[in-house]
Amino acid sequence: MKITGAQIIIESLIREKVEVMFGYPGGVVIPIFHHLFNAPFKFILSRHEQGAVHAADGYARATGKPGVVIATSGPGATNLVTGIATANMDSVPLVIFTGQVSTEVIGNDAFQEADVTGITRPITKHNYLVKDINELAQIIKEAFYIATTGRPGPVLIDVPVNISNAETEFHYPETVHLRSYKPVIHGHAGQIQKACKLIEQSRRPVVYAGGGVISSNASDELRTFIKKTGIPITTTLLGLGAYPENDKLSLKMLGMHGTYYANHAVHQSDLLIAVGARFDDRVTGKISEFIPHAKVIHIDIDPSSVSKNIAVDVPIVGDAKHVLTEINNIVKAPRIDEWITHVMKMKEENPLTYKDSDVTIKPQYVIEKIYEITNGDAIICTEVGQNQMWASQFFDYTQPRTFISSGGLGTMGFGFPASIGAQLGRPDKRVIDIAGDGSIQMNIQELIVAVQHRLPVIIAILNNGFLGMVRQWQQLFYNKRYSFTCINFQPDFVKLAQAYGAEGIRIEKKADVVPAIQKALSITDKPIILDFHVDREENVYPMIPAGKSVKDMMMRELA
Amino acid sequence: MSQHVISVKVENKFGVLARVAGLFSARGYNIDSLAVSETELPDVSVMTIVVSGDDRIIEQVKKQLNKLIDIIKVTDHNQENAVQREIVLAKLNATPTKRNEIYQLAQIFGARIVGVTNKAIILEMVSDPETVDNFIELLRPYAIKELIRTGRVSILKE
Repeated sequence: MKITGAQIIIESLIREKVEVMFGYPGGVVIPIFHHLFNAPFKFILSRHEQGAVHAADGYARATGKPGVVIATSGPGATNLVTGIATANMDSVPLVIFTGQVSTEVIGNDAFQEADVTGITRPITKHNYLVKDINELAQIIKEAFYIATTGRPGPVLIDVPVNISNAETEFHYPETVHLRSYKPVIHGHAGQIQKACKLIEQSRRPVVYAGGGVISSNASDELRTFIKKTGIPITTTLLGLGAYPENDKLSLKMLGMHGTYYANHAVHQSDLLIAVGARFDDRVTGKISEFIPHAKVIHIDIDPSSVSKNIAVDVPIVGDAKHVLTEINNIVKAPRIDEWITHVMKMKEENPLTYKDSDVTIKPQYVIEKIYEITNGDAIICTEVGQNQMWASQFFDYTQPRTFISSGGLGTMGFGFPASIGAQLGRPDKRVIDIAGDGSIQMNIQELIVAVQHRLPVIIAILNNGFLGMVRQWQQLFYNKRYSFTCINFQPDFVKLAQAYGAEGIRIEKKADVVPAIQKALSITDKPIILDFHVDREENVYPMIPAGKSVKDMMMRELA
Repeated sequence: MSQHVISVKVENKFGVLARVAGLFSARGYNIDSLAVSETELPDVSVMTIVVSGDDRIIEQVKKQLNKLIDIIKVTDHNQENAVQREIVLAKLNATPTKRNEIYQLAQIFGARIVGVTNKAIILEMVSDPETVDNFIELLRPYAIKELIRTGRVSILKE
């Protein structure tokens, strides 16, 4: 029996066991929406396409399953661009359908036409323009395969409206064979032996784990490795939760706003074991002074990440889960008692800290209280900037997929729609978006989606009336010239919440912080905005200025 | 900065050239020459890309090329491991009196005359890129009206 291209899309998604799709309709995707109306999976209508793609991203990060998105041609598709780039930088599996004008008018500046495969080429793992109805099912199968295997990423399928309306026999392929795409899973045995030898001989080793550990579900294997070897571990922003931060051997996050002890341990190390991390500039600072004494083992699924920013002694291309299992089978613990004593002393003497106040609410205090009241059992999404850094510093992440943040692209406006996706994917968890008063206004329209679906997402705005991180840089490096970063001309967030049918609470006194968080957690059928009016000029410390090294680390405010 | 010859076997599909070119243009690199055609397999094309750039960055571009889904194989070619050829077509202003000199020069380089009019003469020459460069230098005194090169094609010796 012949079915239409639109039906093929729905049937294929069913076979891919899609539970929820995010999107927004428009002219050329009406044939697809016609059949989405009674599809057996959930459809979440966003209020802006960017909200849909970030929600799908949050869903994917929280569950490990691919996020699925649909938008119309032209403006619908271009509105997805920021979200696609966000997912691409952070290796998040998405399958994105965009409508396209009919094949015979492509290139004619038709109504709502844009060259979407052209626009998204550098920000997708792969993309397709469907020119033949008979290739559609195969393309969808390939898209899911490519998005979810190897180094995951977004794959876009541009579907012209006449392809959606055309008919053909439907056969969904069982398997995919791509001669030019065969991700390496297992590590090279010889390299693994070399790595184990280096580990055994090391005297000052540190593990540096990134988002790759989380996307390959390798947290258990990482824990086994640390248990077997006793090596201290630091993670990147995207690696938070890969290893329990309340464990003695955790050094928490490294990099620009990482801990003193993580950055100094890495700097002093004689062996750095990188797992699923890519030596981003926010981690390394000045490359030449990053690890002056260390050899490097780099485990990564993506060969193009290896030796990209720093020279690697033992590269191991493979999936973190498999490679760590293979290492765990043969590795012996190094003799590092002295090193551990030294690192633990650094950790004890230089904790993350801030100067609390009785007068104002410190943003760090808010994060600490959220951590205490939830017992750390929550999924934390963040926006980008100071809120993101405080959320990473003052909350101990113990489980993978509980910290969701735009790391690579640094997309303001990501956190709230991502928390909608995360909450849909994990109804068993409380999802809290740590926001700034700047970021939250970038996708606030999605609030109605959370209200509509009765999602009890908590939005904790650390409201300082500034674009705080930029203001911090202006204070430190631009002579306090606060050019266009003061945003205290702002909406009444409580009334705004109420207008949408959500709950809103303004918190202006320190004593009200805890009751407000408790109140928010007691609400389970709608989103809650907590508008914390925090100290306006609090800064994020420690800080290694961009392009500088651990020697230039600023620990606190200069008097 | 040094010159690199990169041979890329790709799926013979629309859009692949744009993906490949994008990796160079995104880094602000100009492609010196580019030749694309089908191979012995009709569903495989080969692109011979000549590009000048920092060795480390070219290495990164090659890794990124390998990452593209439609790229089958990326290899480095050079004068030792590969045979490299280029075609040049040169149109010269040549009145009948000048023709003899040009014929002689053409003979030395094994160039062929592929077009003659009262005012002009067109030469075709196939050789390795260095010889093509030398040939063009020697043509310059004869007032080159128009000159076009195919870009390099390169095949590994083994």
